[in-house]
Amino acid sequence: MTYRMTFRGAEVPAEPGQSVAAALVAAGIPDWRTTRKQGRPRGLFCGIGVCFDCLITIDGARAERACLVPAADGMRLGDALESGDDDRDGAGTHAKEDGDAADA
Amino acid sequence: MPRTHDVAVVGAGPAGLAAAVEAADAGLDVALVDAAAQPGGQFWRHYDENRARPEDRHGHHGWPAFTALRDRLYALRTAGRIHCLPGRQVWLATRDDGGTFTLRVTPTVPTPGTTGGREPVVARALILCPGGYDRQLPVPGWDLPGVMAAGGVQALLKGQRTLAGRRAVVAGTGPFLLPVATGLARAGAQVAAVVEANATLGWLRDPVGAVSAPGKGVEAAQYAATLARHRIPYRTRTVVRAVLGDGRVEAVRTVKTDREGRPAGPEREIAADLVALGWGFTPSLELPLMLGATTRQDIDGSLVVAVDELQRSSIDGVYVAGEATGVGGAALSVSEGRLSALALAVSLGSLPGGAAEIRRTQARIRRGRRFAHAMHRAYPVPAAWPQWLLDSTVVCRCEEVTYGELRHAVDDLGATDARTLKMLARPGMGWCQGRICGYATAGIAACPSGRRPTADDLRPLSGRTPAVPVPLGELAALAEGGAADRAGGDSRTGEEAVNRDGE
Repeated sequence: MTYRMTFRGAEVPAEPGQSVAAALVAAGIPDWRTTRKQGRPRGLFCGIGVCFDCLITIDGARAERACLVPAADGMRLGDALESGDDDRDGAGTHAKEDGDAADA
Repeated sequence: MPRTHDVAVVGAGPAGLAAAVEAADAGLDVALVDAAAQPGGQFWRHYDENRARPEDRHGHHGWPAFTALRDRLYALRTAGRIHCLPGRQVWLATRDDGGTFTLRVTPTVPTPGTTGGREPVVARALILCPGGYDRQLPVPGWDLPGVMAAGGVQALLKGQRTLAGRRAVVAGTGPFLLPVATGLARAGAQVAAVVEANATLGWLRDPVGAVSAPGKGVEAAQYAATLARHRIPYRTRTVVRAVLGDGRVEAVRTVKTDREGRPAGPEREIAADLVALGWGFTPSLELPLMLGATTRQDIDGSLVVAVDELQRSSIDGVYVAGEATGVGGAALSVSEGRLSALALAVSLGSLPGGAAEIRRTQARIRRGRRFAHAMHRAYPVPAAWPQWLLDSTVVCRCEEVTYGELRHAVDDLGATDARTLKMLARPGMGWCQGRICGYATAGIAACPSGRRPTADDLRPLSGRTPAVPVPLGELAALAEGGAADRAGGDSRTGEEAVNRDGE
């Protein structure tokens, strides 16, 4: 069977065994977040978990590497802010537990 | 207390697979830790084994060698002689006073609501086979969606059965551009050009290379034939000097260069929706550096671990094999992994009569290394590459540090070495910790003095502790002396926090 995921509300199909990033790229979606400073679009770059360009929110969990996470039926992708803006907390689908030492 | 293994092997690519099965065959109790869910590493990356199709082996080199290693691995796992720990990344490696090593691990892909996959791995020796990734040089527009690392394009094809675009340009330098281009063409993409910065298919003509690795000549001829069959132009001494597009890749602008990479000819615009870039490979040195292993600079300019004729690093009990000792490809990696295991087994007295096999493996390694060096000499990074940059060109993709900002730090603030440059302009201090921009940043720091980056330039951009981002809970548990496997729950929201403070 083909999995069905949603990206910002739109349906994205995925073959079992595909990664989230592969499914997005195959669906003609080359980017899924914007950078903090310049607001530039980013998607897949290294494709093997090294560069962290492909970060995405998956089912409310922020900053997952789309190139490494296997696609699954019913996944909700990118439904929080993808700007990498660490000062905001997306669409409030989850609470931050550890605070954010990143920008401290 | 976790059980203490004779040896923990990190990485299940060509080197790590060979090391693990050889060590287990010699009677050692082995743990094998790998970031991926299934073995093979980047070179033998393949689609989910549970959903395998016969065509998944297409485009793979040495596939029978891989399946033979994998069969041995699975048999040894079933026999309880290799403890397989897939899907885990090592974020901290330590050695206690008694010489016992502890690897702290975290799931590569955390499963919500679970705490598994975090039990530390303890062993009396380590064989580190961390592999590497594409080396990158920045170029105007390289942060546009549709620009990818050549290895990433290949990983999508081999690991995901996914084409990243319809019309591709493959650019950079080195023989690896060829399998990427032919792989794309076979999968149905139009390859508009292979753009090679150096002069020729040098390894076809290099007498040293041909003698050292006869099979490689056949491989090169096959690539050349595939390029011809698909009518793929192979443009030598040419570079992509800009990627063009509004919000995504639409074209590249190429230019002919002289030997040093200085633009020296007409420009040409080539339409494309995918650009695959690669300038050789950068070995992953996080774990060896964390343990204090001595490094050196290899002929290709990369920082690598210094090892002796038995793959031993400067740290007692730490063997290193594969790309981390010098980029050289899969066959050489297999030999080095094998030699590490043989040498360790002999040193522990569990492989009487191993000396002859060690000598044979060493001879194979010497031949493989000669070929690798010939290849590195044929495909250097052109010295003048910074001339392709504009002040507005992003060098550090994570922190969006531009070439102009780096030049300001170098020219006006006196940052003449990479460490100072990193402090002043903050390249390499974002999510990837300089993995992508480290080589370029070191080159920009060295450039005004008219020199190539040295090992001292590369070192401050190569060490990272922790080696991967981990939930704060796992660090906290470590600080409290608690077991890491107790920690963390699944506090993924804090995950980005802990590897971004730079040094």
